Amino acid sequence: MAEAVSTGIGAPVRRKEDLRFITGAGRYTDDINQPGQVYAVFLRSPYARARIDAIDATDALAMPGVLAVLTGKDMAGDGLGDLPCGWLVKQKDGSDMVSAPHPPLAHDVVNYVGEPYGLVIAETLQAAGQAAESVQTEFTELHAVVDPARAMESEDIHAGVVGNLAYDWALGEQEATEQALAAAAHVTRLDLTNNRLIPNAMEPRAALGVYEQASGEHVLYTTSQNPHLERLVLAAFVQVAPEHKLRVVAPDVGGGFGSKIFVYAEETAVIWAARKVGRPVKWTAERAESFLADAHGRDHVTRAELGLDADGRFVALKVATTANLGAYLSTFGSSIPTYLYGTLLAGQYKTPNIFVEVHGVYTNTAPVDAYRGAGRPEATYVVERIVETAARELGRDPVELRRINMIQPRDFPYETPVALTYDTGDYEASLNKALEMIDYQGFAERKAAAAKQGKRRGIGFACYIEACGLAPSKLAIQLGAGVGLYESGEIRVNPTGNVTVFTGSHSHGQGHETTFAQVVAERFGIGIDDVEVVHGDTGRVEFGLGTYGSRSLAVGGSALVKAAEKIVDKGRRIAAHMLEADPGEIDFDAGQFKVRDSNRTLSFGEVAFAAYVPSNYPEDLEPGLSEKAFYDPTNFTYPAGTHIAEVEVDEQTGVVSLVDFVAVDDFGTVVNPLIVHGQVHGGVAQGVGQALMEHGIYDEFGQLQTGSYMDYWMPRADDLPDFRVDTTVTPCTHNPLGVKGCGEAGAIGSPAAVMNAVTDALGVNEVSMPATPEKVWRALKGQ
Amino acid sequence: MYPFNYHRPTSLAEARELFQQMDDGMYLAGGQTLLPTMKQRLAAPSDLIDLAGVSELGGIEVTAGEVRVGAFSRHAEVAAHAGIRETLPVLAHLAECIGDAQVRNRGTIGGSVANSDPAADYPAAVIALGATLHTQDRSIAADDYFLDLFETALTPGEIITRIDFPVPSRAAYRKFPNPASRYAVVGVLVADFGDRIRVGITGAGPCAFRSTAMEEALAASFDPAALDDVEVPDVGFNSDLFASAEYRAHLVRVMAGRAVADIVAGS
Repeated sequence: MAEAVSTGIGAPVRRKEDLRFITGAGRYTDDINQPGQVYAVFLRSPYARARIDAIDATDALAMPGVLAVLTGKDMAGDGLGDLPCGWLVKQKDGSDMVSAPHPPLAHDVVNYVGEPYGLVIAETLQAAGQAAESVQTEFTELHAVVDPARAMESEDIHAGVVGNLAYDWALGEQEATEQALAAAAHVTRLDLTNNRLIPNAMEPRAALGVYEQASGEHVLYTTSQNPHLERLVLAAFVQVAPEHKLRVVAPDVGGGFGSKIFVYAEETAVIWAARKVGRPVKWTAERAESFLADAHGRDHVTRAELGLDADGRFVALKVATTANLGAYLSTFGSSIPTYLYGTLLAGQYKTPNIFVEVHGVYTNTAPVDAYRGAGRPEATYVVERIVETAARELGRDPVELRRINMIQPRDFPYETPVALTYDTGDYEASLNKALEMIDYQGFAERKAAAAKQGKRRGIGFACYIEACGLAPSKLAIQLGAGVGLYESGEIRVNPTGNVTVFTGSHSHGQGHETTFAQVVAERFGIGIDDVEVVHGDTGRVEFGLGTYGSRSLAVGGSALVKAAEKIVDKGRRIAAHMLEADPGEIDFDAGQFKVRDSNRTLSFGEVAFAAYVPSNYPEDLEPGLSEKAFYDPTNFTYPAGTHIAEVEVDEQTGVVSLVDFVAVDDFGTVVNPLIVHGQVHGGVAQGVGQALMEHGIYDEFGQLQTGSYMDYWMPRADDLPDFRVDTTVTPCTHNPLGVKGCGEAGAIGSPAAVMNAVTDALGVNEVSMPATPEKVWRALKGQ
Repeated sequence: MYPFNYHRPTSLAEARELFQQMDDGMYLAGGQTLLPTMKQRLAAPSDLIDLAGVSELGGIEVTAGEVRVGAFSRHAEVAAHAGIRETLPVLAHLAECIGDAQVRNRGTIGGSVANSDPAADYPAAVIALGATLHTQDRSIAADDYFLDLFETALTPGEIITRIDFPVPSRAAYRKFPNPASRYAVVGVLVADFGDRIRVGITGAGPCAFRSTAMEEALAASFDPAALDDVEVPDVGFNSDLFASAEYRAHLVRVMAGRAVADIVAGS
């Protein structure tokens, strides 16, 4: 008998959603139109810092088709609240961070180029655009603070924020770390920058606000990674509408990478404006607006010191970082360079003493928040760059130096000096596999061959760890999170036996409609085409905290497993009644309820039908077969792995070519290897982009210099080699699927691996990211 | 984009007549510079005069000594043209290096050369091959054509109709693209006509130019090493986020050397 094609856990099933995406049948926010819809164009600051003296909209309002010109003053006048930062960071001295007010639309001052301070609403986009240019705004330009490294000595941007310091945060034992460094046989010091990135999802942000006067319901269609959080923030903090009168729909969303987690001014404004003008209001970002006003990523300046004993064992790591938070604290902006950064500085190593201090500073630049990896790429960059540098300084093989310091399988659970407890892993397994794949032994030969072609070849390693599956609510709330970090799931078994699954994890490229269907289908022994996954609509899905931090499957998937268990339990009771057996005697396997040691069976579909047509049915049981579950993890998950890059540097031009890249990752159980590999490929492309290409640059006046694809170097297919990826598996010990999360790993390990390879090729300790040709050419010249 | 009037003349005479009637009319060829500029509201012509319907601007003719390219020839047409690939392969190769597939399918040689973007590719070929540019009124020698940043010898209303490229005995084009925009940071075309060598450089300065110093060095010894001692002063060179004037000057020598090496390897 031919074996059926498996769609269960571990099967490389092709994505169910791809047909609609690749045939142009996806339904994105901008594809949704409402009768009577009008268009919004935002008024944005041309200055990095300025006082708004007057706004004269007389001419604009006189133009044909213009309905309204609304400003930040109007919004504040209607009593709308500020955009909150959802994570309260406690400072080193125990006080709260200093959070500057963040009105959705600026009213008195503007603090970064592109900051919205009003909007024009008109019958057509054309008319709105024309009218927006006719609005006369008088500004008084103020001194802009742009360089994060000098922000603390610059003029205060916000009243009450002294030295532009949002917080001085620390983690770990300072004294013990400094003593261990003083006593170390060798100390490696490294100054690093982690370059500012601009996210660039394929679909720009968009929002369509609708107000139904009859019901009082507000509906917001928007490009969100977490529609329930959006609703919660808009209702509870901004107070644009009460939660039960506000529905947020995030339909198909074309990529987020973190940038669509946050609650922004624009969606706040359109839902508010829709009620004001009594018409549905749509806004879709132009790409130039995305560059200016999407939250950016990274932007750290760091000094790190690693102490080693005479054997090369790490004794202490001390890290001081200045993190640029931008003009305002974005939704999770405060947590990224603290709890998602400092806590990861142990990496894969048994460094006994770690101390990190982070100064989070305001500057007159776009807000900085989570971007794929969010704090963990920055941490990995520090750890893996300094470990590699230490190996070079000591003349040690970088692989062997890592090996003798690695946490071993017998050490788990392993408590780090920076607040985390790793549950499981086998770091050398990934390292060994990666070394074999790259053929480390053959590197010297490849280097020699390249030298004959005028190319300097370098190899670089990164053994990263990340904390994913964000995370136990209790711990997160203790650490300052404003929301829990569980997830909800609901499974409705329909009378005909197929299944509708509702998840609070939004999919915007991750393939949930396939992966989650695989998980549920396998539990019930049905086909994945009999499982429909619904997400992204607060009107349909009970609750959710969304998709970020590689949490969907580990948290959202686990909630579905819990709900599925409840379904099976109830099904077992129904089957027991129908088969005249005790529920304890019913086994459920491969879609069949079966009385143990008998041939009496009922299919999943038959039981579902009985649940809705309850003729022969237990008396004490409610009809129907639909269950909900909330899952709150007990710990983070800890994906880890080894990435190895080989580059060749053209000695004449300084061009760096990434010639080989190997990633071996431990994501725990892999449900769909095709999707997992795809996630790694995409993440590595973004990480290589950070290392070699991408850089968000502001000039001294705070004008964005890289505001289009003419200047912002996005990685393209012909910039990249074929990545070679594989996995090792140590299942997560504390969630029912054994999964850890794979969405960010590619972007976490790769920048350090690539830069270690570049600096190896050049024979220098540091070249700042991105290693663009002129920079590398100058490094080659010793400049 | 601001509103504008659209016209589609069918002859050069009609195109010029329209141009003269308009307050602020502009000719539209492939639109690969003009349309994005208009979309960003950085250009606001009152009228666009689309030259796509002007039949006098089409056609490619190849003879043994000359390749005549109609101004409306798309980059993709030049890249794929069998006659050009046979007779003047360096021009087909250069066209293949321009932008991306979408740009090559829409952009035209006349539009590119008339616009004279300092980082465009075609100007290197016009200069290095000593092309002759034909307009409705006259012929312009390559050496007299490029004047400064976006500034050419064309007078208002004048339209390039055809560009004639003399065929060298051997030639090569090397481009160092800006990896973001894919425009030339530096592009160097080296052409050997037997009795003379011409080197055309784009990307480095405000407009394409010849390097007579390189030409003389290569005339003395057609070898990449001959360029080692040629001074490439960076005075007046472009400088931007991606490449300083100093780096551009360095790249000019490297790209020229590589073009010469390509020629030597190919002959």
